[in-house]
Amino acid sequence: MNTTNKPTYVIAVTGLNAIDSPGPGISVIRALRDATSFNVRIIGICYETMEPGIYMHDLIDKTYQSPYPSAGVDVLMERFRYINEIENVDFLFPNFDAELFNFIKLEQRFKTELGIKMLLPTSEQFEARHKTELYEFGQKYDIKVPITKSITNASEIAEIAQKIGFPLVVKGKFYDAKIAYNLDQAAQHFQKISAQWGLPILIQQFVHGAEVNVCGVGDGNGELLGAVPMRKLYITDKGKAWSGITIADDELIEMNREMVKSTKWRGPFELEVIKNSNDEFYLIEINPRFPAWCYLTVGAGQNQIESAVNFAMGTKVEPFTTYEVGKMFVRYSYDMIVGIEEFEKISTNGEL
Amino acid sequence: MVLKKNIAVSDNGFLFNPTTGDSYSLNATGIEFLKLLQKGKQNDEIIAEISAEFEIDTITVEKDLNDFKSTLVRLKLAE
Repeated sequence: MNTTNKPTYVIAVTGLNAIDSPGPGISVIRALRDATSFNVRIIGICYETMEPGIYMHDLIDKTYQSPYPSAGVDVLMERFRYINEIENVDFLFPNFDAELFNFIKLEQRFKTELGIKMLLPTSEQFEARHKTELYEFGQKYDIKVPITKSITNASEIAEIAQKIGFPLVVKGKFYDAKIAYNLDQAAQHFQKISAQWGLPILIQQFVHGAEVNVCGVGDGNGELLGAVPMRKLYITDKGKAWSGITIADDELIEMNREMVKSTKWRGPFELEVIKNSNDEFYLIEINPRFPAWCYLTVGAGQNQIESAVNFAMGTKVEPFTTYEVGKMFVRYSYDMIVGIEEFEKISTNGEL
Repeated sequence: MVLKKNIAVSDNGFLFNPTTGDSYSLNATGIEFLKLLQKGKQNDEIIAEISAEFEIDTITVEKDLNDFKSTLVRLKLAE
């Protein structure tokens, strides 16, 4: 790669947990390493000392441990003030849903006090696309969303089931979703998911069809900078894609374009959509960040991650209009050998 | 029946539906059926060609062709 006449950006990335249910960080970093319009120094941001990305020195130049989101914005600000004094970070990619709330709150302070830019949805967009609000979101923007009710007691399921029928989907507020074929199953799923992820629980109409996901970026002014649809070919027991393939679907792209236009979505997103037998799209979820499979967009000819950085850094970005159909990703596991001294450093110093 | 324009099939019979991401493996007869359908051949032409090439009676070929076409429709590879 020609490294001359190009800016070098220091980019911090979270989500280094490249495990069986992976965070997006490593895919984002690989995309950044593939960028042709800038050079990068990558700063990994981790929570746990066993996040594999910490030890991937060919991808990440330096990693710092970060306080958990529950510690609040002040502690987070102080930690990044420290990191920034050493690294002079240009751009930050938060990649976890749970941390986004804090980073959205801190976006302006990061920019003005630390000089760190981010490309995030607004707090209104972030709140509106929550699973608990998605049905209303769909009604507001004329997007089909399965009927969804938020409940705090399993006794409420029966009344909802009378309206939407079985099967139905029992979902956690943040994670997990299980299909129930009768009331007993629904109650069991309610107990299990609420014990793990808390209340409320969502009861959602089941839509028969094929699930397709779209990875895209909105510019905050209503323009879609890129969108690549993917169909999962193989999923893990947690429902995560282990392989997938890019597909051609102009109507789906148009649906994404309309969503970005009407909401003025800012930043990366992943849309989870069910296409039913009548070729109607039902929006299941909007993830307000790049998905773990986002490197497929690079393989298909849209380095959306590079575009997002360039857009945020004020470089003119041309929206992608094409991508290669039939490009697949196949995920794999890999055992790294790590010296105990590396584990010691990240465990005791909080950086490696 | 009209084949979807964007379906792709390789020489060795690997068929890919770019709209759904599904893929299928065709046997030798299936490859020939699809090639002839893509060329816009009519049923009687296809039956005659396949019958001659594979030395099978026309009634069997006609049945196989109908099965093949209904499978294409069921899999949304044709309308």
